[in-house]
Amino acid sequence: MADAPHDVVFRTRDLTKVYETGEVKVFALDGVDLELFSGELAVLLGPSGSGKSTLLNILGGLDHATRGRVWFRDLELTGLADRGLTRFRRDHVGFVFQFYNLVPSLTARENVQLVTDISPHPMRPEEALERVGLSHRLDHFPAQMSGGEQQRVAIARAVAKRPEVLLCDEPTGALDSKTGIQVLEVLKHVNEELGTSTVVITHAAEIRRMAHRVIWFQDGRIANIDVNDTRLEPAEIAW
Amino acid sequence: MDALDRKLMRDFVRLWPQFLAIALVLAAGVAVLIMSFGMSAALDETRATYYERNRFADIFTDARSVPMSMIDELRGIEGVEAVEARVTTFATLDVPGKTDTTVAYVASLPQMGADLNQPGLRRGGWPNPLSTDQVVLNAPFAEANGLWPGDRFAATLNGVKRMLTVTGWALSPEFIYTIGPGSLIPDDEDYGILWMPERALAALLDRTGAFDNLAVKLRPGFREAPVIYAIDTLLAPYGSWGAVGRDAQTSNAFIDAEITQLRTLAYILPPVFLGITVFLVNMVIGRIVSLERAEIGLLKALGYSDIAILFHYLLLAGLVAVCGIALGYLVGSWLSYQLAQLYADFLKFPYLIYNVSWNTYVISALFGVMAAGIGAARAAWAAARLAPATAMSPPAPPRFRRNWIDVVLRWIEISQPTMMILRSLIRWPVRAAMSVLGLALAVAILVSSNFFPDALDLIIDTGFHQSNRQHVVLFFNDSMQESALEDAGRLPGVLQVEGQQYLSAILRNAHREKRAVVEARRPGNDLSRIVAADGEIVEAPPDGIMLSERLAAQLGLAVGDRVEVEFLGNRKGSHDLPVTRLVTQYFGLGAYMDQATADRLFQQAPLVSVINLTLDPAQTDAFQAALKELPRLGGRAMMVENRRGFEDTISQNVLITTTIYAILGILITVGVAYNGARIQLSERARELASLRILGFTRGEVGYILMGEILLLALIAQPLGWWIGWGVAKLMTESFTSDLYAIPLVLKPATFSSASLVVLAATTVSVLVVRRRLDRLDLVAVMKTRE
Repeated sequence: MADAPHDVVFRTRDLTKVYETGEVKVFALDGVDLELFSGELAVLLGPSGSGKSTLLNILGGLDHATRGRVWFRDLELTGLADRGLTRFRRDHVGFVFQFYNLVPSLTARENVQLVTDISPHPMRPEEALERVGLSHRLDHFPAQMSGGEQQRVAIARAVAKRPEVLLCDEPTGALDSKTGIQVLEVLKHVNEELGTSTVVITHAAEIRRMAHRVIWFQDGRIANIDVNDTRLEPAEIAW
Repeated sequence: MDALDRKLMRDFVRLWPQFLAIALVLAAGVAVLIMSFGMSAALDETRATYYERNRFADIFTDARSVPMSMIDELRGIEGVEAVEARVTTFATLDVPGKTDTTVAYVASLPQMGADLNQPGLRRGGWPNPLSTDQVVLNAPFAEANGLWPGDRFAATLNGVKRMLTVTGWALSPEFIYTIGPGSLIPDDEDYGILWMPERALAALLDRTGAFDNLAVKLRPGFREAPVIYAIDTLLAPYGSWGAVGRDAQTSNAFIDAEITQLRTLAYILPPVFLGITVFLVNMVIGRIVSLERAEIGLLKALGYSDIAILFHYLLLAGLVAVCGIALGYLVGSWLSYQLAQLYADFLKFPYLIYNVSWNTYVISALFGVMAAGIGAARAAWAAARLAPATAMSPPAPPRFRRNWIDVVLRWIEISQPTMMILRSLIRWPVRAAMSVLGLALAVAILVSSNFFPDALDLIIDTGFHQSNRQHVVLFFNDSMQESALEDAGRLPGVLQVEGQQYLSAILRNAHREKRAVVEARRPGNDLSRIVAADGEIVEAPPDGIMLSERLAAQLGLAVGDRVEVEFLGNRKGSHDLPVTRLVTQYFGLGAYMDQATADRLFQQAPLVSVINLTLDPAQTDAFQAALKELPRLGGRAMMVENRRGFEDTISQNVLITTTIYAILGILITVGVAYNGARIQLSERARELASLRILGFTRGEVGYILMGEILLLALIAQPLGWWIGWGVAKLMTESFTSDLYAIPLVLKPATFSSASLVVLAATTVSVLVVRRRLDRLDLVAVMKTRE
């Protein structure tokens, strides 16, 4: 990622998350030190239970760490109470999930409006939907759209607030590969056009080829970090 | 216990707050059913037993000095089993240490003891039949005045004052509910019943060998109408007042009215509670089934039959029903027994026969089980019919489509959370409508109970402050010359005096007839006035008769019609009179005519039988002392005390009833609002978690959860007011008897207080559910497909 600026968006130090189930302690994260940079598209890879989602949830302010520290720029997230984390998510973070999580009773436009109504500098909902190629589906309800379209509405909803980071947990997990590629194109487009730092968790290892950096997880630790010298276009990827 | 049963029990325990909210509503229905049937049955049976044991008569009449020789003829009427002839009168009593004059009804005690309407001795003994100064008192009066066997007091009988000795206390089925002339409620201290040996009383009243009061017992299977006709015919020459059956016997009529009111309760309230139970069970079991789709699929894949699945969910509802019924049994039985005891004490029954028939329990349990079963049927059936493969895949997402309402919503530019609330209402209109109906019924129950105090205020205002402004009413045994007014004016402390004449009569229009007292009134009377519902002071028009609306309605009469008025007692004769006007009144079945018209009809000099007075309060004691000496006084009503007694009795009853109704209203509200919010939370958990992740605060997300139920609660208010108005109207109609009418008075405060209670209970219920929002696991919700 030669052309990516090196200012740090997220920084973690000795980040540890322990789940205690009865007598058993499970280290979901075990002392992770990581820096994520502004404008980069990072892909997190690793087997189930390796700690990818736990990291994403802590970075996004959805979960608390057991030990260690996390900063979003100069803001230390560890130690923020519920109210502070809500504010952080509201102002800075966009989320995309495997199962879209659209509000079924709201149209595409209204789902995006949910976010633009409460954000300080949002784009117009129509503009956000245009960016994901859904200008013609503004007034459709989720049940009237395909899975790919729903996921693109979810991305439009996530980026409409012009977040600094976009956190995507298995965004193509529920889609076939053709629809998945359309979604990846949207993500790449957002990353490049808006400069939104984007973190993508996936099980489809091929997707790593479109990233600036690939972070490999194993047993709650970072096993390896690869930097892609040449990135593929989503259309060139198949899985 | 097999695995499915274990699942059943665990589901039941896990969802206990929701099931409890439903069980409480069901319990309220069962409890009210048991309470009203239990109480009315207890009163009915106690009364029936009392009547049977003490041989309460079937027909009653008064006449004047009928020779004893008539008895055999009366006995000879077909269908008559027994007759009892008595002499009766009113007496004024001077009880030692008591300032106020006391009035008593005195009845003779046959030498061989009473055969009908037998008083039952409670204390002391019977008077010696040959004695001239021994009496038995009715127990409540004796107790209230501290008159023990052996005590002596003075009584003015037929104008002669004499000392009497108390030999005992008794209770009689004839005087369960004793109400003095001119009084509105029983007053044990100021109105009593005396039984005196026949020989002595007849001698005192100059009626030896004659009687003036008759009680008749019918043979089983004989109708009373022909016997009444025969008695009236025989006694017509003796100034008969017209025989009446038990339905018009004052004491019995009051108890009838009470029992009817209690039964009415059983028909109005329980259906409301059972209906709401059906709705709540339907909503909750429906949600459980939709949440357990995958499990249902799995169970079927494992080989459980459709019937097993059906019964599984029906049993879940059955468990709720069992809890509700058990709770209803406990509360209902307790309330029923306590209140029956209270009634028995109030009515001075010598005993209480309380055995609620097992029928009541079985029927209320059946209703409870049916309500739960009907509620669960649809969801359980749907669960049983789910194909395993379909069940294991997630349900289709709810279909929302744009329609004209969306265009309107978009146009008024509401926020997205509000849009979510409105779309949900539009998407599930039946559920929203049922919730609104449930909450509206809660409002209605409160409105229809809260209006009573206002209605009674109006009754008191028109009855006392507007119509009856006199301090004292004196009733006399016979009509007297107008000079009696001057005598009354000379009593100490008397400021104003006005006279009236009361005339007992039977009013007839074709086949309909009604007994009533016709008041002959002097124009310009200021103390006792006739006030119409609109506040107008009305004079009795000359040359005709004015009727209260209820009396006219019962007789099917309108202004301009002619009514046959058959006067009873001394003023015999039938007259055909035009109805000149109708007035709305709350007490009694009033009929009024101008005094001059009455004088002309009877060709009499002006007479009075009632004297209204105002008093100088400083001279009350002297007035009371003088009253004790007054001959021929049949009764006196102290209006101020009368009003206070009325207000006290009413306010106690109102407090008890409004509390019970408030609890019932709150139970319904909590049942509907809590379950509604829980289901909202369950259905929207994912949405709400999404919003939290998008950066919505707890408050903003809480708004969506609470907004829908609170909006429904707001919509329910006007509907609740309307239903409440209807129920209140129904109640005023069913509670209206010949004795009184309850006006429908609904003030803004009645509606607003009902609304406040329901909205507050809704808010609290929803807030309890909102606390669960804070425990929502955002990550877990996001990770799963619904």
